[in-house]
Amino acid sequence: MSEALVASQAAGTDISVPAGSGARQFWRRLRAQRAALVAAVVVALLVLVALAAPLLTAIEGQDPFTYHPSLIDSARGGVPTGSFGGITGGHWLGVEPQTGRDLFARLAYGARVSLGVALGATVVQVTIGVVIGVAAALGSRWVDQLLSRITDIIVAMPLMIMSLALLAIVPSSFPRPLLVALVIGLIAWGNIAKIVRAQTLTLKELDYVSAARLSGWGTWRIARRELLPGLAAPVITYAALLVPINISTEAALSFLGVGVKPPTPSWGQMLTAADVWYQAAPQYLLLPAGALFVTVLALTVLGDGIRTALDPRAASRLRIGTGRKREAKADASGKKVAVDASGKNFAADADSGRSTLDPSIKTIKSADANGVKDANGEKDANGEKEDPA
Amino acid sequence: MSGFGGFVLRRGIGTVITLLAISVIVYVVFFVTPGNVAQITCGPRCSPEQVHQVAQQLRLDDPLYLRYWHFLQGILVGQDYSTGTSVEHCSAPCLGLSYQGDQQVTQLILAKLPVSLSLVFGAMVLWLILGVGTGVLSAWRRGRFTERLLTGITLAGVATPVFVIGLVLMIVVCGQLQLLPFPQYVGLTDDPEQWAWNLLLPWLSLALIEAAAFARLTRASMLETLAEDHIRAFRAYGVGERSIIGRHALRGAFAPIIALNANNVGSAVGGAVLTETLFGLPGIGQELVHAVNVVDLPVVVGMVLVIGFFVVIANAVADVLYAVADRRVVLA
Repeated sequence: MSEALVASQAAGTDISVPAGSGARQFWRRLRAQRAALVAAVVVALLVLVALAAPLLTAIEGQDPFTYHPSLIDSARGGVPTGSFGGITGGHWLGVEPQTGRDLFARLAYGARVSLGVALGATVVQVTIGVVIGVAAALGSRWVDQLLSRITDIIVAMPLMIMSLALLAIVPSSFPRPLLVALVIGLIAWGNIAKIVRAQTLTLKELDYVSAARLSGWGTWRIARRELLPGLAAPVITYAALLVPINISTEAALSFLGVGVKPPTPSWGQMLTAADVWYQAAPQYLLLPAGALFVTVLALTVLGDGIRTALDPRAASRLRIGTGRKREAKADASGKKVAVDASGKNFAADADSGRSTLDPSIKTIKSADANGVKDANGEKDANGEKEDPA
Repeated sequence: MSGFGGFVLRRGIGTVITLLAISVIVYVVFFVTPGNVAQITCGPRCSPEQVHQVAQQLRLDDPLYLRYWHFLQGILVGQDYSTGTSVEHCSAPCLGLSYQGDQQVTQLILAKLPVSLSLVFGAMVLWLILGVGTGVLSAWRRGRFTERLLTGITLAGVATPVFVIGLVLMIVVCGQLQLLPFPQYVGLTDDPEQWAWNLLLPWLSLALIEAAAFARLTRASMLETLAEDHIRAFRAYGVGERSIIGRHALRGAFAPIIALNANNVGSAVGGAVLTETLFGLPGIGQELVHAVNVVDLPVVVGMVLVIGFFVVIANAVADVLYAVADRRVVLA
């Protein structure tokens, strides 16, 4: 802790807000999870491929749009010539059946679409969710009622169906990837608004917020300076879990032919035609499917890791999960109850000791646990229980 | 008990308001789109007369609130449509006319509904059994190899998009191994056995993904309950592990499972759209995708409303069930 203070002092930041300590603790906790670390590396690689797609395809000497009729065996219905779907030095992963477009180039550019749309949608969701959530929690009773009802309605709308329908009516001149990101973002912000509202309601009762109010700070300044930092943990946690969901949604919409339209490459769209070709060119199916799977899996694991790193209770829950072996052994020697009880007591002591030391940890913990449950879908009842009205 | 009745009543009123709000939003969004609605609805190849006829049918000259009122009236009491020469009556839940073949949207939806309901409900039974079963097993075997294996599998399940697993299942089971023929919908009343056989793969594709979420939730809730004091007390009394897992810990997971199941109806409906399109099942989802592609607005609006109706009702029913499982909710 003192190290962090020194560090923040050296960096010239306000001593009363040791910003470095939270971030440092977060990194330490995240690094401690091997799976999350591997996932982070995979995600970083994917982002790198997406960013460097033009460079990588230039090295390969291909682009995602050029047709190569010479590489297609039209006599056999359009399968790629050569073995393994036309893999050569010039085409690292072979070519698409029928058109002969380079698969690696389409995959790499597809990563840009996939990640770009998902991140864009997440930014929209978080922005709307935080604004609505904070406004509902800080506004008058009527504002809260109105915004909460709107949020309920948004939550009740099925994402896939609504985005399918919305995508139908916008003119095709609108840039498609941007449109998909906007549509997903505009429909699926309900849960994050609920989490933010619940968390803000908890935070605004804390002493330091009251102190700010008593010193005459305006609502806007309190929201920005005092509340937003406290909202960071649950919002980051939920946003991290939203990204893989958004990737799946984009892929699904493009798979149905209403998302990103050809010739722009997208993983979901590549899969639409792939099932016809699985025997002649299996990688045409396996590559986009694998890319989707690995990306969503890595992002989900990373999201879980971030949640564990930000939520002390999740970490201790993990220890409960893995500490069973010891207990099982004790069971065999007939000392189960004693070991169990003492272990639990210790945990409970540690927990309560920490929470009496710093009340803010406790409230953030409970609110965060709420947020996590929300992410798992336990939405309405939770929101209702939080409601002070 | 009066508290419980009041809760159900409040929830019912809230549901009606939500449904009305959804209908307003959907109507406004779809019929006040930028551009010529009549032209978009009719399609690019329509003659000016046809466009004019569409504009009349949609009452585009009326102010918006009046148009919405007519739409709502159609849903509640029915409506008459003039199709040039004759007058066609569209009875009670009337959602307007489709622009391909002048079919009534309600009839169209009713014709497709059994397929979608068969798919979603069959899959729901499967995902509850698979998901809760897996969750219980991994909570029981916590800290052992079985739990790690199951946790890994469910994580992979959560990460796989439904159309990827459906595609792979179809190619492996129907294409490579030829264990099953490619699914072709057969009505339940026509031939129950064929109905089940043909829906087996679609059910599996939809259920495997959803089951993963349930397995994770069940495991997490049970582990949380297992760490509580009353479980420790049961252990001290000498209650067996099987009874603790099967009766007491599972009980703590009931309420979250109900809530997740309601919440997942929405995502399952989205998954059903993908499954139907992938396997070529003639359900609501496939029809919706078709309507979206040809911009048949009345069909799109009708389908969105019907699906929204089911999701909202499912949520309301789940809330009541949740209150039965956990009475503290009623007091809030």
